[in-house]
Amino acid sequence: MSSDAAGQPVLECRNLTKQYHHRSGRGRLARDQIEAVRPALLDVSISLARGECLGILGESGSGKTTLVRCLSMLERPTAGSVRLTGHELSSLHGRELRRVRRRVQVVFQDPFASLNPRQSIGAALAEVLRVHKLLAVAAIPGRVASLLDQVGIPPGWAGRYPSELSGGGRQRVSIARALAAQPDVLLADEAVSALDASVQAQVLNLLRDLREQTGLSMIFVSHNVHVLQYLAQRTAVMFGGRVVEEAVSQPPPDWQHPYTRELLAAVPVIGQPLARAGSAATSVRSGLGPTGCPYRDRCPQRLDRCERQDPELAEVTEAHLVACHAVAAQTAKGLAS
Amino acid sequence: MTAEQLKVRDLEVSVRSDGRRLVRGVSFDVQPGSSFGFVGETSSGKSLSCRAVISLLPAGLQASGDVQYGSRRLSGLTSRELSAVRGRTISMIFQDPLAALNPMMRVGDAIVQVLRAHGGPDRRAAPGAAVELLERVGIDDPARRAQLHPHEFSGGMRQRVAIAMALAARPSLLIADEPTSALDVVVQAGILNLLDRLRREDGMSLILVSHDFGVISGACDQVAVMYAGQVVEQGPASQVLSSPAHPYTAGLLASLPQPGRSRPLVPIPGSVPDPADIGAGCAFAPRCHLAQEACLSEPVPLLDVAAGRTSRCLRWTEVYRQEAPAGMDEGRRSVVE
Repeated sequence: MSSDAAGQPVLECRNLTKQYHHRSGRGRLARDQIEAVRPALLDVSISLARGECLGILGESGSGKTTLVRCLSMLERPTAGSVRLTGHELSSLHGRELRRVRRRVQVVFQDPFASLNPRQSIGAALAEVLRVHKLLAVAAIPGRVASLLDQVGIPPGWAGRYPSELSGGGRQRVSIARALAAQPDVLLADEAVSALDASVQAQVLNLLRDLREQTGLSMIFVSHNVHVLQYLAQRTAVMFGGRVVEEAVSQPPPDWQHPYTRELLAAVPVIGQPLARAGSAATSVRSGLGPTGCPYRDRCPQRLDRCERQDPELAEVTEAHLVACHAVAAQTAKGLAS
Repeated sequence: MTAEQLKVRDLEVSVRSDGRRLVRGVSFDVQPGSSFGFVGETSSGKSLSCRAVISLLPAGLQASGDVQYGSRRLSGLTSRELSAVRGRTISMIFQDPLAALNPMMRVGDAIVQVLRAHGGPDRRAAPGAAVELLERVGIDDPARRAQLHPHEFSGGMRQRVAIAMALAARPSLLIADEPTSALDVVVQAGILNLLDRLRREDGMSLILVSHDFGVISGACDQVAVMYAGQVVEQGPASQVLSSPAHPYTAGLLASLPQPGRSRPLVPIPGSVPDPADIGAGCAFAPRCHLAQEACLSEPVPLLDVAAGRTSRCLRWTEVYRQEAPAGMDEGRRSVVE
């Protein structure tokens, strides 16, 4: 928090790549799949400004969870850099790594799986404060009460167990536990996806208020474009381990990438007829080589170049980046005429 | 087989050991060839209501009430009589297609088994019929794919195989319980379109269960909104979702992030009750901003709102009047965008 010059991103990654080892022998791969496996993340660069909420939109297999795991150093990237307030994380080990982990906290999808069922919620919060030596022991109960209050749980419930809370209540506890560590960044991985609709709004509003009132910086990963539009100032769309498009949320952007367009057209909207779009294809890329645009097999605008060369993210309008050869060609044509 | 009218009256599902009622007083009709949706949150009873129609309840639960399909009374049939109805007249698909597929069996053989069990084509013709079914549900290269095992398919493809199996005996009513909830939106759109096409081509009726208002709005003619084991509102899907007449439906719509909406979400306070712990009065009253004494003291019946529309709310006129114009304007505006 010391060297936080104005305008410096609180968290950023550059050319982040994660290649998982290819399983061999047991567990035969499907016939559709091939030998050359694409990395789960390939050359991903994003940056998060202080007090900002960046949304990551992606379907299963897009690499969004791998990105969260690499940013929080739960997973070591194969290549590339992760910087927290300017300090490189990917080279840290042992005690230094543990110290830095406090500053990047993760909230997962399933709060029941991430809370200890045998530990009261107050004890779960107190443990964080104790482990990180953030407070004098005598001050811990007071801080636990104020954390619970901050996420809308009556402080008197500190003695309750996760099983006594509803799904929304548990997710609030997960958020309080993350906040207890006084993080620089909160990473939320599908944090509202397991919640019922009526409760989801409570948690979304809580996160929105926390950001507005305390300046919390946050990366919010979701498959739900409407949730991101509500919460995030900027959204990066991922597909096949790449960021394929990035734009500010307000006013609603004119999404350009053919994948983003296909995705948005498929989202069911109340009061509108079924999207006719839906393809039989899946977002799990099969038969894709390690290079080339990950979306090319399904893309209506495919060019020869897409087969060989990964398109780079390029600005089409201010603060709107698209990684697509076809869009780049159209933009160039537009500029020339 | 041509579809007939399904008539369900006073369906009740309870726990056999202690008599707790999980579903109460559910009545609905499904007209031949139409689609009927059940929408609600976790443990609202939407899934149990559908399973009770063909007596496919989890162990330990029992159903009562009257179920009539065409001229045939389904409630009170023996299990032998029921198995003649299941699959052949009324078929069902589930959220997890893997649970419906035998992992050791090639999918083509699995379909052949269903065909043969229902006295379909003979041994020599059945494999060809299975390939035709796979082609009908939109699987490319069906002859080759029929030779594969379920694990070699993606989630969306597995659900297509499960649909092919469910259709093998040409049922006239298909019950789909959250068929797309585990799938990505692009794949979901494909499955919903498939169900819609099959319904139109075969004149089949469809009961669709979902927690997603957008899915129900796009795919269903009629809808029942369920809360804590009861239908709280019922009627044509386009009307119910654009101008709700129950505070729960209105509250859910106000709490959902939707396109073109940036004003703060209004969550419903509290959380969904366990259907077993509901008092004498309206189950939603403890979370309802309109609740008054009369709501708590005695059960609220379904009241007529308009032709073919009912609401289980004593103060429905206030919801209907207040919410209708705002909700509808919003819907139209987002269409224009």
